[in-house]
Amino acid sequence: MKVAVSATGNTLENIMDQRFGRAAYFLIADPETMQIKAIDNQAASAGGAGITAAQTMVDQGVGAVITGNVGPNAMSVLKAAEIPVYRGTPDPVRKNLEAFKKGALEKIEDTVPSHFGMGGPK
Amino acid sequence: MRLAVLSGKGGTGKTTVSASLALALDSCQYIDCDVEEPNGAIFLKPELQERYEVKVPVPEVDPAKCNGCGNCARACQFHALAVIKDKALLFAEICHHCGACQLSCPTGAIHEADRVIGVVEADARGSFLHGRLNIGEPVSIPIIRELKRRVQNGLPVILDCPPGASCSVVQAIGGCDYCILVTEPTPFGLHDLKIAVALVKKMKLPGGVIINKAMNNQQMIQEFCQENGIEVLLETPFSREIAENYSRGILPVQADPAWISRLQEVYSQVERSVKK
Repeated sequence: MKVAVSATGNTLENIMDQRFGRAAYFLIADPETMQIKAIDNQAASAGGAGITAAQTMVDQGVGAVITGNVGPNAMSVLKAAEIPVYRGTPDPVRKNLEAFKKGALEKIEDTVPSHFGMGGPK
Repeated sequence: MRLAVLSGKGGTGKTTVSASLALALDSCQYIDCDVEEPNGAIFLKPELQERYEVKVPVPEVDPAKCNGCGNCARACQFHALAVIKDKALLFAEICHHCGACQLSCPTGAIHEADRVIGVVEADARGSFLHGRLNIGEPVSIPIIRELKRRVQNGLPVILDCPPGASCSVVQAIGGCDYCILVTEPTPFGLHDLKIAVALVKKMKLPGGVIINKAMNNQQMIQEFCQENGIEVLLETPFSREIAENYSRGILPVQADPAWISRLQEVYSQVERSVKK
């Protein structure tokens, strides 16, 4: 199964990006072999970023997503596609994938408000 | 004459100026284009009798005809559509009503349906108008467009614009004869005034400045206006009395008749500038 992790950079050693739609990269990984394909998230700076990111997950045939927070629109798309979302930690992508393999990550069901990852008061 | 009142920075006194102008002139049309938070009605107290819903066309997908090709999602520049498991998913509030999805659909599965995003309200004579965007709606342009469709000819029209200098302000000031830029002598006021001036110049509209809440510190605004050849129409003082009256919904022109002639003079000066 392919697993996507939102990431601040394009390697396994980069930290997981806490944002989903506006993450810098998505690393599509095979958790068994730790082989990755990095996708530069071009849509991060435009409107509808969460929807586009979720559509990318579907188009890439991803079986699970590991990220920090998911907005309401992205979650609707991921739910429709029946792609489960797991809450990672702000650690290297490799560590998150290892935790996922051990079944140590919690599934995300709830969402954060729109535009949560765009700065401003938290 | 169509007169737009804008500011860049919020809270500088757009509504104070435009509502005061509306009261100082014998007859005029006042249009509150700040549809996210219209407040002109608090001061002008119109009897709102007309109410029109503002509708926008959004796509509706017929699942029986949709083949899940995803063309619509790729055509949408605002990512308002996703196609998941051969099913189109619409995020209507992000839609900008361009119709590209409908054009891109090879099976004719998409048609447009009306969606209400807010209202336009007016008094019986149409001399007071404001728009209200429904809470949570991000796109205000169609409401401002509806308001401007109701602009009357042959009398002064005052358009109380939204804050900022983005799409909604562009929509509000487009086609106006003159822009009054209301500012305050603070670094924020000057910063946003520069942005508003750049917008007005880009749209090739004539404009002048009203310095509100002046307190012997308005020199930075005056210097900026002088350097850029912008006329200063009026300075209103930072005054506890004006602020207290404002908090009770009383405008300076209602508290002190001297303000009526000051604002009439502003209007005459604008008229002279437009005729030049």
